[in-house]
Amino acid sequence: MPKLKVYLLTGRTIDQGTGKEYGKLSEEYQKSVSICQMDPEDIKFLKVRENENVKVTTEFGSIIMKVVKSKRAPHPEVVFVPYGPWASVLANPKTHGTGMPSLKGEMAEIEPAPTEKVLNLQELLRTHFRRK
Amino acid sequence: MKNNIIVKVKNACAVGEAKFLNYALHRQTKPLIRKNGELVETSLEEAIQRGAEILANAQYPILYGWSNTSCEAIRVGVELAEEVGGVIDNTSTVCHGPSILSIQDIGISSCTLGQLRHRADLIFYWGSNPWSAHPRHIDRYTTFSEGRFQRSAWRGYLSRLTGTLARKRLGRAIDLVLGRQILSPPETEFRLPPTLFQNKRKMIVVDVRKTRSAEIADYFLQIQPNKDYELLQALRLLIRDEELDVDEVAGIPVEILEEIVDIMIGCKLGILFFGLGLTMSQGKLRNIDAALSLVRDLNQRTKFLIMPMRGHFNVTGANVVFTWQTGYPYAIDFSHGYPRYNPGETSVTDILRRGESDAGLVVASDPVAHFPNAAAQNLVKNPLVVIDPQATPTSIMADVVIPSAFVGIEVEGTAYRMDHVPLPLKKVVEPPETCLSDKEILQRILVEVRRLRSEHN
Amino acid sequence: MTHLIIKNGFVYDPLNGINGEKMDIFTSNGRIVEKVAEKEAKVIDASGMIVMPGGVDIHCHIAGAEVNSGRLLRPEDHVKDVEVKTRLTRSGVGYSIPSTFTTGYRYSRMGYTTIMNPSMPPLEARHTHEELDDTPMLDKASYPLLGDWWFVLEHLRDGLLEECAAHVAWIMNATKGYAIKIVNPGGLEAWSSGRNMRDIDDSVPYFNITPREIIRGLCKVNKLLNLPHTIHVHTNNLGKPGNYVTALETMKCVEDLAEGDRPVIHVTHSQFSSYKGSDWRTMSSGAEEVAKYVNHHSHVTLDVGQVIFTDTTTMTADGPFQHRLYLMTGNKWVNHDVETETTAGIVPFRYRRKSAVHATQWSIGLELALLIKDPWKICMTTDHPNGGPFTAYPSIIAWFMSQVARKKTMMKISKRARRNSLLPSIDREYSFYEIATITRAGQAKILGLKQKGHLGVGADADIAIYDVNPEQVDPSRKYKTVRRAFRKAAYTIKGGEVVVKDGQIVKPVYGKTFWLDVKTSLPMEVNDDLKQKFRDYWTIEYENYAIPERFLHASAPISIKAEV
Repeated sequence: MPKLKVYLLTGRTIDQGTGKEYGKLSEEYQKSVSICQMDPEDIKFLKVRENENVKVTTEFGSIIMKVVKSKRAPHPEVVFVPYGPWASVLANPKTHGTGMPSLKGEMAEIEPAPTEKVLNLQELLRTHFRRK
Repeated sequence: MKNNIIVKVKNACAVGEAKFLNYALHRQTKPLIRKNGELVETSLEEAIQRGAEILANAQYPILYGWSNTSCEAIRVGVELAEEVGGVIDNTSTVCHGPSILSIQDIGISSCTLGQLRHRADLIFYWGSNPWSAHPRHIDRYTTFSEGRFQRSAWRGYLSRLTGTLARKRLGRAIDLVLGRQILSPPETEFRLPPTLFQNKRKMIVVDVRKTRSAEIADYFLQIQPNKDYELLQALRLLIRDEELDVDEVAGIPVEILEEIVDIMIGCKLGILFFGLGLTMSQGKLRNIDAALSLVRDLNQRTKFLIMPMRGHFNVTGANVVFTWQTGYPYAIDFSHGYPRYNPGETSVTDILRRGESDAGLVVASDPVAHFPNAAAQNLVKNPLVVIDPQATPTSIMADVVIPSAFVGIEVEGTAYRMDHVPLPLKKVVEPPETCLSDKEILQRILVEVRRLRSEHN
Repeated sequence: MTHLIIKNGFVYDPLNGINGEKMDIFTSNGRIVEKVAEKEAKVIDASGMIVMPGGVDIHCHIAGAEVNSGRLLRPEDHVKDVEVKTRLTRSGVGYSIPSTFTTGYRYSRMGYTTIMNPSMPPLEARHTHEELDDTPMLDKASYPLLGDWWFVLEHLRDGLLEECAAHVAWIMNATKGYAIKIVNPGGLEAWSSGRNMRDIDDSVPYFNITPREIIRGLCKVNKLLNLPHTIHVHTNNLGKPGNYVTALETMKCVEDLAEGDRPVIHVTHSQFSSYKGSDWRTMSSGAEEVAKYVNHHSHVTLDVGQVIFTDTTTMTADGPFQHRLYLMTGNKWVNHDVETETTAGIVPFRYRRKSAVHATQWSIGLELALLIKDPWKICMTTDHPNGGPFTAYPSIIAWFMSQVARKKTMMKISKRARRNSLLPSIDREYSFYEIATITRAGQAKILGLKQKGHLGVGADADIAIYDVNPEQVDPSRKYKTVRRAFRKAAYTIKGGEVVVKDGQIVKPVYGKTFWLDVKTSLPMEVNDDLKQKFRDYWTIEYENYAIPERFLHASAPISIKAEV
């Protein structure tokens, strides 16, 4: 299976911004933050299609997300994920003495995951947070 | 408004409109307490009592959030943190914290947004995408706004747009007819367009990918990821008339940089807006150091200003209130009885990562969604009190949930705009009975905490 | 009902002509009264101690956008000086720019009860008031910056004096302000294009008006509106060698507007405007010329702006000046332009004994105070924190009262400055009566605060008691005793309540915020035209600009009837 090493960027999107105003537990919000925007050439390279699922892995965590074709291409080997619980699973908590975790520019690996599904929020919280 | 429900919103941006129309959809109105692993409804009194207990009994609690509530509430929050000897921190710690650290080293040449509307003829957005994150920024304050001394560049943009669209359509038509591609994608060309040299407002966007904001700019400078520091320092050198030994910096040819520097020096009043593209990528505060220094150096040649693009409607207010009451803008530790500030040590992500805190209060914020998972896990492991109008990933992991009224919709308050201008937020509808303002909830918790501590003594 | 009797102290009440008389002071319900029965009152034995009205500070930067940016800029300054939370007091930090609670407590511990925050950008007035509300122990007010306000520049340029007055009245109400503040008139507007004013007859870019016209225009407006204080002016060319000429021209330009003996202009931190010379090498004192002018004219009042040798933070609304200071020192620099109205700048600064320039600055402040004969014309300030923190006031009192104290400091300063200083030739020493004048009575009088600065019947019961016996201690020789006494008040009484004892806060209180409720006969018309102009000039709506009275925790409006 093809794998791709990329720079991971996180940030705001207008959909994530409006989505959160529908409520952080809403479907709109969850859909808006569990995607990863990729350059069409990278999507081709991975042999996936838009709206299929991929597994994104960093040193800190791994999670399934839905692929979306980026309208901002070209940005080869750079992948954009909106802020939210999905991005946070992948984020680097180290702050290098500044207090600020690294939320942009971390290295990630992407591979196709056509048979795995994107978790919903409840499942994500259950899997990635230890219950008390 | 109809029957205490908002039905229409005028003059707001997309995010604002969504906020006003939909705030009622996922809000919570009942106080909750976790009993036997499940969150169950309870009375407000019990929730406040339990919340106060958690804070009063903790050795090293963290009080986090604050950027989505009013200054009036934040003032009580600082008093509460001081009372319990905990750490109080706001969302700057994962956002523009590095910018603040840089400002504390270098200073900052800045202004209020109206100054730009009236006078700015060169506008940079660096690592920031206002079209998506601050939708009305460009037409209210910068490129497409009307000022006393500068006209809007909207018409110029429209004619450029029709020109580009016409060219694209023509190109596609030719391609269809000839059966092959005539026009190669011009995206990565560096040539500076003539509009940059005209006597009107101009906008340049610097980013790693062509965002929506980049599309409407006069010029888009695509920079390689994690190379902002090099590019900023290169510009600084060129401003000081020094020679660069290399052919390109951050993937951009030096001749282009020289032309850009000429435009910067030749402008009447320039502004550099920067976003999390700078604070979050490699170098963090060093990137901001370079940007602040660049603008400071430019002031010897022309008038130039710089401003961070803040998220959260009152993160600036949180910084402002913290600073006047404690001397410091975020990451304040009261455990010694007086304010201590040392980001990296007293900042919440570090404290959580090291597992040092033993309780948490989160106000109007969602760290479970936004903190790196490793840190958020430790937050959830310990007793957690959440005050929020909405149900969020953080509130559903909490031990005590106290619903509050929405600031700016159901309760009035003061907030600070990104340029530090204080604004009154109005009350438009009545909150549900069980939802008090953050300020009131915090005051009640404070009273209860004091009572518990005096009993203890 | 709280009654207080202060028995047997040496009372200095210059506004009522009382010069060290041993007498009792009676208070009831927050006011000074004729007499109170002893059995109903709390009695303070002030034998052997000095009793004065509570301190009044006419010019100290302690609240608002500019001050807070300064606090943000100097975490390294805060670490040096911390205040731990106690049962009664909040914690805090800061040496040159303390946090708000600390500011209030420290002033109160020195016996101060009223302070004036002199720089308030009208657009950000809300911020100033939020911070003032969090400054305990003191009554306070703030001055909106109006010298470069577009409405003022346009109306004065067009000769529309009454229109201008109506707008000034409106903005005084809207921002809950107390006086018209003018900083480097014309220079702040010019700073938007990176320029400055050369002198008071230079022309402001785009607006076609001169600083002279701005000062005169606002002086006339001040009279038309019957405001209690005069225009409060930070001159053009502040901090520039040779600027004493500008200071004189500024004072002269409103000479003809004076009526009788009443002042019409207050030149603030005048030390910074009293320099001779053409550059820093040739810089020397212009205090003699300035003092001579003031001695012969009654339409001017000043405050000193004394420099002390320390590491402090400069902050003013004078954007171009602060940028020059950055260029000179290379220190970190904050600049903040406020649309339509004003600017601000902040640069940390260290005044060094061995620097000829800094030592000369130190000398100039003292020369001004000692050469100006009438203590009612000059107030003691450091332009906190520009010349130094307000906690240095007791040291300044010592220098005013003792030539020996001055000599001692002189021995440690730069030789060149010592050679050129006028101080060795001045043997004048301030008496306690004169100190009471320049730190309270005169300040209150100049401000037009009728209930403050004195101990006559009807005054607010704001009283300071200092543990120094004027019959036994000669301040000229025992200046250290005097300094110690003024550092920690034996008692501070605010509104008739004992709030400080032996330099410790014993009762935290919050004071009132004074502001002017100016009533003109023809109020400014709030129509659609005005609202549109608002939208054109500012980036906030008209409705959001004015501060409602309920926003202030303890609003104390002063009703003023204007002549227009």
